[in-house]
Amino acid sequence: MPHLKTEEMIMNMGPQHPSTHGVLRLELVTDGEVVKSITPHIGYLHRCFEKHGEELTYPMIIPFTDRLDYLASMNNNHAFNLAVEKLLNLEVPRKVEFIRVIVAELQRIASHLVAIGTFGADIGAVTPFLWTFRDREVILNLFENLTGARMLYNYMWPGGVARDFPKGFREEIGAFITYFRPKIRDLNNLLTGNHIFISRTAHVGVLPADVAVNYNCTGPVLRGSGVKWDLRKNDPYSIYPEFEFDIPVGQGTMGTLGDTWDRYYIRCQEMEQSLNIIEQALAKFPVEDATDVQAAVPRRIKPPAGEVYARAENPRGELGFYIISDGGTKPFRVRAKSPCFVNLAVLPALGKGIMVSDIVAILGSIDIVLGEVDR
Amino acid sequence: MGLLDKQIDSGGVVITTAENVLNWARLSSMWPMGFGLACCAIEMMATMASNYDLDRFGIIPRPSPRQSDVMIVAGTVTFKMAERVKRLYQQMPEPRYVLSMGSCSNSGGPYWQHGYHVVKSVSRIIPVDVYVPGCPPRPEALIGGLMLLQEKIRKEKFGVKHEAV
Repeated sequence: MPHLKTEEMIMNMGPQHPSTHGVLRLELVTDGEVVKSITPHIGYLHRCFEKHGEELTYPMIIPFTDRLDYLASMNNNHAFNLAVEKLLNLEVPRKVEFIRVIVAELQRIASHLVAIGTFGADIGAVTPFLWTFRDREVILNLFENLTGARMLYNYMWPGGVARDFPKGFREEIGAFITYFRPKIRDLNNLLTGNHIFISRTAHVGVLPADVAVNYNCTGPVLRGSGVKWDLRKNDPYSIYPEFEFDIPVGQGTMGTLGDTWDRYYIRCQEMEQSLNIIEQALAKFPVEDATDVQAAVPRRIKPPAGEVYARAENPRGELGFYIISDGGTKPFRVRAKSPCFVNLAVLPALGKGIMVSDIVAILGSIDIVLGEVDR
Repeated sequence: MGLLDKQIDSGGVVITTAENVLNWARLSSMWPMGFGLACCAIEMMATMASNYDLDRFGIIPRPSPRQSDVMIVAGTVTFKMAERVKRLYQQMPEPRYVLSMGSCSNSGGPYWQHGYHVVKSVSRIIPVDVYVPGCPPRPEALIGGLMLLQEKIRKEKFGVKHEAV
C-alpha cells in the first residue's frame, strides 16, 4: 500500500550491544524492520596511540601496538618493526625472520578463530564459538610458552625478537598443525555448509568489487569480493616470497559474489594457507643457526631524520605505520593506518534497505576490532 | 542425588536464616552483563568459553543490564564511554556488584601517564567490589576475582550498606 505514510524511527545499536564487537554505536534510521541508513559513531575506545607515539621511545611504543588490534598483537608488532627497521636500514637475521613468520601466521589463525566463532555466535550458532575458542586456547598456550603472555606479547623488537624458540617448540607447533587440520574440516561440516547459516548469510550484504576498491577495503573484506590482493604476495615483506601459498578469493559459491558468506569462508581458507606457510617455515627453519635472536637489536635506537611507511598484511587487512623521525630517540609522529577503520567505513554503503538482523551478520563478517578503529 | 536429598527424602524442614539462604542463592547465580570494552573482554570471552567454562559457577552472561547482577568492567573506560558505563550501572537492579577487570579499569593502566582520554580507575564513576589486576588478567585471575565476590556476597548482612573490598 504505497499511499500509506510510514514513520521513520531512529534507533541506537550499541555501544553496549553483544554483536557490535566492542563499543561501537550504530545509529539506524529504520522504516519498520527495514534499515534506511546506518551511521557508525566511533571513539568510545580512543586510546591515544598517536600521543604515545610522540611521547615514548621506539621500543616503548611496541606494547601499545599490541593493544591496537588486540586479537592480532604479533602482526601489529611485525608491521611496526618493519617500519622502524626500514627507518634504521637494519638487516634482520634470517632466523629471526623465520620465527616472526611462524608466530605471525599462528596469530593469524588465532585471530580468524575468534572472528569465525563470534560471527557464528552473532548469527545464533553458539557451538562454533565454543569449538574455536577451544582451538585458540592451544595457540595461546604455545604463545605463553614462548613469550610468557597470553594475549599481548611485546615479542618482536626492532632487529630481533624477545626470546628464541624454547627447546622442543618446533615439534609442539608441528603437533598443533596435525591437531588443527581435522578441526577445520569439522568446522566446515558444522558451520560452513549449514543450511540455516547459509540462509542467514548468502546474498546478504553484497559488496561489489568496485565499491570495495573505491572504499579502500583490504583483507578478507576485499578478497571476499573477488579481488586478489594480499600484501604477502603483492608487496612482499619479510621472507614470504620463499613460501608457496594461495590467496583465497570469493567465488560466490553459495550466493552472490561478495556476500557475507564469501567473506566468512575466506577466513576458513586462509587458516589452511597459514598452516601451509607454517609447515614450510618449519621445514626450512635454520636449525643449525645459533645466532642470538637479540644480537641485531640496537642498544640505542636513534634513527636518522626522515619518514617511512611500512605495511603488512594483518588478519583484517593492510596495517601500515607511517613514522616521521626528527633524528631523536622518540619519533616525531607515528600514524597507524588501520584496516578496521577503513573496512567499517563501507558499512553505511552496505546497510541500505536491509533488515535489522542482517546488520549483525554484515558487521560480523567485516570483523572489526574497536581498539584499532579508534586507536 | 546428594546428601541433602537422602536426609530429607520423606520431606522435612531445614532451619536457616533468611540472610543465609538468600546470599546462597545470589552467589550461586551471579549473572554478569555481557559487555566488553577492550582487550580484557576477549579474555572474559575466553573465560566464558569451553576451556574455563564459567557456567560451572552459575555465571551466564546476560545481554541486558535489567537481567544482570554483576557488571564486569573489562577494558579501558574512556571519558566518552564513562557516561554509558554509569548509565548501564544505574539500569541494573539491586543488589548489584561491580568487578573491575584489568589495569585499565583499575587505575588507567598503561594509559595512566599520557591517556588524556582515559578515566583513571572506574571507581571514580561507579562503586567497585573486586579489582582483578593484570593486563589482561588470565582467565584464572578472573575466576579468582569472581570467587572473591562470591565470598563477599556470602558474608553480606542485610540492612548494612555494602562497601568495596
